Amino acid sequence: MKPAPFEYHVPDSIEQALDLMSQHADEAKILAGGQSLVSAMNFRVIQPSVVIDLNRVAELSYIRAEGDVIRIGSMARERHLEFDSSIAKRTPLLTEAMPHIAHPQIRNRGTIGGSIVHADPAAELPVLMLALNARLKAKNISGERWIDAQDFFAGMFTTALAPDEILVEIEMPFMPARTGWSFMEVAPRAGDYALMGVAVLVTLEKNGKCKKAKLVYLNAGDGPVDAKEAAKILEGEKLNDKLIESASAMASRKEINPFGNVHTSPDFQRHLANVLTKKALKQAMQRAEENLQ
Amino acid sequence: MTQTFPVTVTVNEKKYKREVEARLLLSDFLRHELGLTGTHVGCEHGVCGACTILFDGESVRSCLMFAVQADGHALITVEGLAKDKDNLHPLQQSFWEAHGLQCGYCTPGILMSMIPFLQKNPNPTEDEIRQALSGNLCRCTGYQHIVDAVKLAAEKMG
Repeated sequence: MKPAPFEYHVPDSIEQALDLMSQHADEAKILAGGQSLVSAMNFRVIQPSVVIDLNRVAELSYIRAEGDVIRIGSMARERHLEFDSSIAKRTPLLTEAMPHIAHPQIRNRGTIGGSIVHADPAAELPVLMLALNARLKAKNISGERWIDAQDFFAGMFTTALAPDEILVEIEMPFMPARTGWSFMEVAPRAGDYALMGVAVLVTLEKNGKCKKAKLVYLNAGDGPVDAKEAAKILEGEKLNDKLIESASAMASRKEINPFGNVHTSPDFQRHLANVLTKKALKQAMQRAEENLQ
Repeated sequence: MTQTFPVTVTVNEKKYKREVEARLLLSDFLRHELGLTGTHVGCEHGVCGACTILFDGESVRSCLMFAVQADGHALITVEGLAKDKDNLHPLQQSFWEAHGLQCGYCTPGILMSMIPFLQKNPNPTEDEIRQALSGNLCRCTGYQHIVDAVKLAAEKMG
């Protein structure tokens, strides 16, 4: 019995959960998949006095395609995202990235909402939310609001959620036509935290020119890093090796701000970002071109 | 007075009822409350994989769950694999024959990770086996014999 004692609540509806949050907002932690929270509680790094367990709130666990978006309940398990056919069809970037998230044993419990709200700068899902232009629905007892992914991550382990709000739904638009994707990272071993990683999307015009590019990095700052200047180098152009070189240089030298850690120096992280960006852009471009026909 | 919660859980097809404190980890519940000490406890923060069990058929870290969360669920631990000590599960038999363990501390977690892996992928390549083992740490073997054991198990079970 390692964690410090806490008051435990296990609501079975969103309403009950929101009601509990309104009473205990400042002292409560939400227990989603628990793959980061319980570990931190075991070490007593955090000692919440109240834990609100969402694992019995069945209405928060769904994945469905609706109109031109994918809607995912915040308690959907990572393992379910990994094998979902509508995600594979509509947002294949997400499918490609899922196996990089820790190990199957972790993905079996870990949830999309838990990882997003945890907002670890080295995590994949916050990066993917930004890359895929997701919107996040937060609720509290008095109502709900939508937050764009780009406004959600407010720094290391910090989000735009108010203390009494719960993330209930993730909405991802289908990837546009003529879009190629790539997710690449470098980790010491499969499933470890990546030293560097990038999610890339490239959307082409019918004439083959780049209409829109998106490059988002993990472990490259105090949250997911959206390399907007690198994207600008590519947009409006017919992509070639020279443009890819200069976009990769822009992102890896000017836009990311990696801190380094026990496994790597910031310089090496920038080097990895440069190499990964070139490879990922080429793969995304190739896939987009296949979609041109 | 500490608050407790009732837990009714099926472990290895046997039903147990207990009253637990919310903060009791599932790994400690299995070992200390149910006496099922085959589930080992290593790092207790989800890294080493020694405490891996099957939770409704899927491999999970029992150190990253609370016992109270298992209420109403079905678990399998390493004790649930062999019929008796003379009839090991083919996966266990393969670990024996291929020398897939030395000290044995990581073995229960590895076995419980490999059961669903081999169910989903009965003919794995060596690379797939190594990927599947990446969530379990072994500090004795250097993994080669573990990989051999999983290959042998795939043949036996296939």
